[in-house]
Amino acid sequence: MLDFTMLIEPDNLKLYADGLLTTLKLLLVSLACGLAVSVPLAVLRVARSPLLYGPVWLYTYVIRGTPMLLQLYLIYYGLSQFAVVRDSLAWPLLSEASFCATLALAINTCAYTTEMLAGAIRATSHGEVEAAKSVGMSRATLYRRILLPSALRRSLPAYSNEVVMMLHATSLASTVTLLDITGAADRLYSTYYMPFEPFLAAALIYLLLTWGLVRVFRKLEGRYLAYLAPRSH
Amino acid sequence: MKKLAVSVALALSCSGLALAEQPKQIRIGVDATYEPFASKSADGKLVGFDIDMANALCAQMKAKCVFVEQDWKGIIPALNAKKYDAIISSMSITDERKKAVDFTDKYYHTPSRLIAKAGSVKGTPDSLNGKRIGVLKASTQEKYAQKYYAPAGAIVVPYDNTQQVYLDLNAGRLDGTVADSVEGSTGFLKKPEGKGFAFIGPVLADQTIFGYGAGIALRKGDDALRNGFNGAIKAIRANGTYKKVNDKYFNFDAYGA
Repeated sequence: MLDFTMLIEPDNLKLYADGLLTTLKLLLVSLACGLAVSVPLAVLRVARSPLLYGPVWLYTYVIRGTPMLLQLYLIYYGLSQFAVVRDSLAWPLLSEASFCATLALAINTCAYTTEMLAGAIRATSHGEVEAAKSVGMSRATLYRRILLPSALRRSLPAYSNEVVMMLHATSLASTVTLLDITGAADRLYSTYYMPFEPFLAAALIYLLLTWGLVRVFRKLEGRYLAYLAPRSH
Repeated sequence: MKKLAVSVALALSCSGLALAEQPKQIRIGVDATYEPFASKSADGKLVGFDIDMANALCAQMKAKCVFVEQDWKGIIPALNAKKYDAIISSMSITDERKKAVDFTDKYYHTPSRLIAKAGSVKGTPDSLNGKRIGVLKASTQEKYAQKYYAPAGAIVVPYDNTQQVYLDLNAGRLDGTVADSVEGSTGFLKKPEGKGFAFIGPVLADQTIFGYGAGIALRKGDDALRNGFNGAIKAIRANGTYKKVNDKYFNFDAYGA
């Protein structure tokens, strides 16, 4: 019934290998950009002034409240509809499917990570904040030395979830002509008229990647959250 | 108990349908992004040459067509998964597809051509070096582009439907596409988005890729339905129904030589 022989043909193996590279590139670049931007946004998000937290709240609310596939379509197909966009300086970038996909992924992970970090900052124990103030730390120093390092560490378990979700979200890139892992499987599906084998192979690759990511985060948690673990002796 | 009775009755009626030599209802798979053969009108109805032809064939067979929409790349797997009984969706009869499905005789035959910005390329494979050519996934046109244009340095980009190809042509992400000459003309060139684009070079000829015209695809071994359709195609060619449908869309005989 099942026939996996097509999967071991050199051309098709290469298709999956290239797909794996594309997936990893999408994931790593968007995660790096998203995380870098989310740290300052999280600080703004917990600010007292509505002028500061308002825009960030709106951003995370809209992005988290709409499907990513839709956002990707808006960026890739929607923007290209307007001549203004096509004549703009941004067009060389926006005309690239890989840029559009990375942008959509980064905007997404940034929104979720911002809320996650903001939550962790809010949950910092008052004792730590008061102690910092009592030794005369300025607001900036307080964030740099106490709030952010602690919040980033405590966000690790939630962030590992986010990374795994993002890995799976990269599969949406196949809807805008990119040949990621899902795109490679899709290609084989339409070439051989067989859905099961290529998609099963793709699922297996995602599963292995997820397993690897979870292991990496285990290690990181063991190192950076050791201070929160119960005393063993 | 009542539920059980209902499901038993349902199961019986279903198996009854399957046993009938010629089903009263024929479920037809169609990709409705292929103007003027199959598309959706403003009010969401399926319209086009394939749709009218299917209805004419079903009527000839004293049956009723029920249309099921399906993305092109999944159209053969869904047939084999029994989501419908036949594909009437401008599918070219090719030797490669014959490995997966059975075909009736052709019901029309129009050639494919290259479309690009007028004057931008010459149409020879070499002139497409470095150009981005969009094609419909799993189409004969994709096969052609992969065989002739990709080795000459063209980048072949597959899409889920032809509308996305035309959007990206218009947006400038693509330099050209390979399309059925009739569909490319009606679906793109004659529309405002197709302004400045034109057919480049001659009609593309490679029978091993483009096959023997468009036929109706059926599950392997579904000979009763195949014979039924073949008889119906002959009958409507003879009794003028084909011509009536043909003339609604074309000013030439789409049946071909």
